[in-house]
Amino acid sequence: MTWRRDWSRVRAIVWKDLVTERRSKAGFSSVTALGVTILVLFGFALGPDAQVLRDAAAGALWLAALFAGVLAFSRSYQVELESGALEQLLQYPGSRWTIYVGKLLSNLIFVGLMLVIVIVTAIILFQVRIPATWPSLVAILVLGVVGVVVLGTFYAGMASRIRAREVLLPLLLFPMLVPVLLAAMSASKALLTGDLMHEASAWTRLLIAYDMIFLVATLLAFEHVIEA
Amino acid sequence: MDVQSELAVDARGIARRFGPKWVLRGVSLAVHPGEVVGLLGENGSGKTTLLRILSTLLRPSAGTVSVFGRDIAIAGSEVRDDVSFLAHTPGLYDDLTALENLRFAAEMAGGSSVDLRDLIERVGLARVADERVRGFSSGMQRRLALARMILRRPRLLLLDEPYSNLDSDGTVLMNSVISEAKRTGSAAIIVLHELAPAAGILDRTVTIVDGRVMGPSLSSGSRPKSAAGGIA
Amino acid sequence: MTYASASIPAVAAGRADRWPWFGVFAFAFLILSQAIAIITSPADRDMGDLQKIMYVHVPAAWTTFIAFFVVLVFSLRYLWKRREKDDLLAASAAEVGATFNGLTLILGMIWGRPAWGVWWTWDARLTSTLVLFLIFVGYLSLRAFVDDAERRAEWSAVVGALGAINVPIVYMSVRWWRTLHQVQSTPSSMDPAYVLGLRLNAFAFLFILIYFIRQRYHAACLQRSTEHAEEMTALGGQQS
Repeated sequence: MTWRRDWSRVRAIVWKDLVTERRSKAGFSSVTALGVTILVLFGFALGPDAQVLRDAAAGALWLAALFAGVLAFSRSYQVELESGALEQLLQYPGSRWTIYVGKLLSNLIFVGLMLVIVIVTAIILFQVRIPATWPSLVAILVLGVVGVVVLGTFYAGMASRIRAREVLLPLLLFPMLVPVLLAAMSASKALLTGDLMHEASAWTRLLIAYDMIFLVATLLAFEHVIEA
Repeated sequence: MDVQSELAVDARGIARRFGPKWVLRGVSLAVHPGEVVGLLGENGSGKTTLLRILSTLLRPSAGTVSVFGRDIAIAGSEVRDDVSFLAHTPGLYDDLTALENLRFAAEMAGGSSVDLRDLIERVGLARVADERVRGFSSGMQRRLALARMILRRPRLLLLDEPYSNLDSDGTVLMNSVISEAKRTGSAAIIVLHELAPAAGILDRTVTIVDGRVMGPSLSSGSRPKSAAGGIA
Repeated sequence: MTYASASIPAVAAGRADRWPWFGVFAFAFLILSQAIAIITSPADRDMGDLQKIMYVHVPAAWTTFIAFFVVLVFSLRYLWKRREKDDLLAASAAEVGATFNGLTLILGMIWGRPAWGVWWTWDARLTSTLVLFLIFVGYLSLRAFVDDAERRAEWSAVVGALGAINVPIVYMSVRWWRTLHQVQSTPSSMDPAYVLGLRLNAFAFLFILIYFIRQRYHAACLQRSTEHAEEMTALGGQQS
C-alpha cells in the first residue's frame, strides 16, 4: 500500500515540476537557447572546416548538454527555495526518496526534450552525417543523459542549500561526470565515424554500470543531504 | 474528564546552533493535547527555530523531542503524519492555481477525502480558486496555506506568525480553525509578535529570550494556567 | 540522532608523546630509502638519472590512493555511526591525500618534460590522477563553504564516499579513452633492479602518510575541542 502512495507522490512531483516549468515560460526556452548558443560558440572556436567540425561534433554536443543541463538542475531546486516550498515538501509524511525520484524523472524529461532540439542543431551546424547505426547512437544518448541527470539532480539538491552554489555545483559535479562524458563522447564519435574498432559496446557497458551504481548510491544518500 | 497522559509535545533541553552561534540554549516545553500555546519573543530569540525542530525540518544539536509519544529522531516520518507547519513563507507554487496547489498537497500527504473546492470556499478563496497563486496577496496566500493545513488534519499545529498580513476576517478564520482543532484534541503552538489577535484562544504563553525559556508571561488577554514550560 | 559531539578523543598526555618519535622514525626511514634507491639503482638506458624521480612519484601516487581509501572508509563510518571523530579523520586524510596528489602530478610533469618533450601528454594514469585531484578539491571546497559542523560532516561524508566509488571508474574510462585507439603503451615495464627501491620507498611514504594524517587529525581534534568548550560556555546555565 505504501508503495502505491509513494509512487503517487512521485507522480505528483513530476506533474508539478513539468506544469510549473511549462507555465513559467522562461525555463525551457532559456535552457534550450543556452544549449544552442554554446554549440554556436563551439562552432566559432573550432573553425568552419567541415571535417574538423564533424570530428568535434560529439564532444561539442555533450558539453553543450552538460552546461545547459546544470542550469536546468539548479532551476529545478530554485523554484522550491524561492517560495519556501522545499520546507513544505519536507513536511509531508512518507519517504523522502520520493522527492528525489520525482525530481529525477522531471529533470530527465526536461533535459531529454532540450537535448532533442540541441542535437538537431548540432547535426545542422556541425554537418554531421547520420550513420546507419543511429539506433545505437540513441541508446548511448539515453544512457549518457541518465548518468548526467542522476548525479546532476543529486548534487544540485545539495548545492542549492549552500551559499556558493553557482561555483560549487560545477566543481563537485564535473569531475564526477568524467566517466560519463568520456564514454558518451567516445562512443558517439565512434558511431558517427563507423565504429571501426567496435568500441561502442564497451562504452555502453560502462555507461550502464555507471548509471546503475550511482542511481543506487544517490538514492541511498539522498536522505542524508536533504535534511538540515 | 478525559485525562490524556500522552503529551502532544515533550521537548527537553533543546539546543541548536548554526555555525558558531547558539540560537536555542536548552529549551524544555510540554504541551498537552487540546492546548494552545503562544510562543512570544523578540526577533532572533529562537522561536521559529524551535518550531522548525518540532516539525522535523531541523535536527536539534542537543536534547530530545517526542510528539505524541514518538521520538522525532527515530520516527520522523510517523511524526510528520501528525504535524503540520504553517511557516511564515507560505511555500506555495506561484505558477499553479489555488486548487492545483491543494491537490498537490493532498497527493503528497497521502490522499485526502476532503472536497477541495469546499475547503477553498471555507477559507474565503472561492473567487480565485482557479487563478494562479502568483497574483495573490500575502493575506490570500496565508489563507491558502491555512487550507493546506486543514487538509492535513494534523494533531499538532505549528504556526509561525500566522496573523501577519491577515485582515480581521482572516484573523477570525484563523482562530476558528485553531479552536476547532483544539476541540478535537489537537494541540497548537503559535509563534506570536503580539498577543492581541490570538487573545481568545490561547491557553498559556511561553516567552523565549535569547534561546531560553522565561516564565510564562502575564499580559492582558491571556491567563496562564500551568507552569508546564520549564525554566532552563 | 543528535551529533555525538562529546566524543572527541581526549588526548592523553602519555600517548601523545609517542607520535613525535614515530615522525622522526618516518622521516629517517624516508631519507634512508631514498638514499638506498638512488645509490643501488642503475641509470635507466633511456631516461638516465631522471628515472630516480620515480622513487618519489610512484610512492606518492600509491599513498594518494591509500588516502582516498581512508576517506571512503571513514566517510561511510561517519554516515553509519555519526561520530565526529570519523568526520575529522576523513577530512584530514583528504587534505593530506590532496597534497600527495599534487605532488604526484607535479613530479609526473617534471618527469615527462625531458622524457616526452612536453609538459602534458594526456597520459592515462596522469590524467586520471588529475581528475582525482579535482575530486579532492571539490570535497575540500565543500567543507570550506559549509559552516554548520553537523551538516558539513554529513555532506562531505556523502561527497567523499561518492567520489571514492568513482575513482576506479575514472581510471578505467580514462585508460580506455587512451588505449582503444592507440597501440602505444606508457612505459611501465619494471626492471627488477628498481623493485627494492620502490618497495622501500612505498613503505616510507606509507609511514609519512600515517604520520601526516595523524598530526592533521590531532590538530583538527584540538580545534573542535576548543569549539566545544566555547559552546559549553555559550550554553552555560543549562540544566537538562
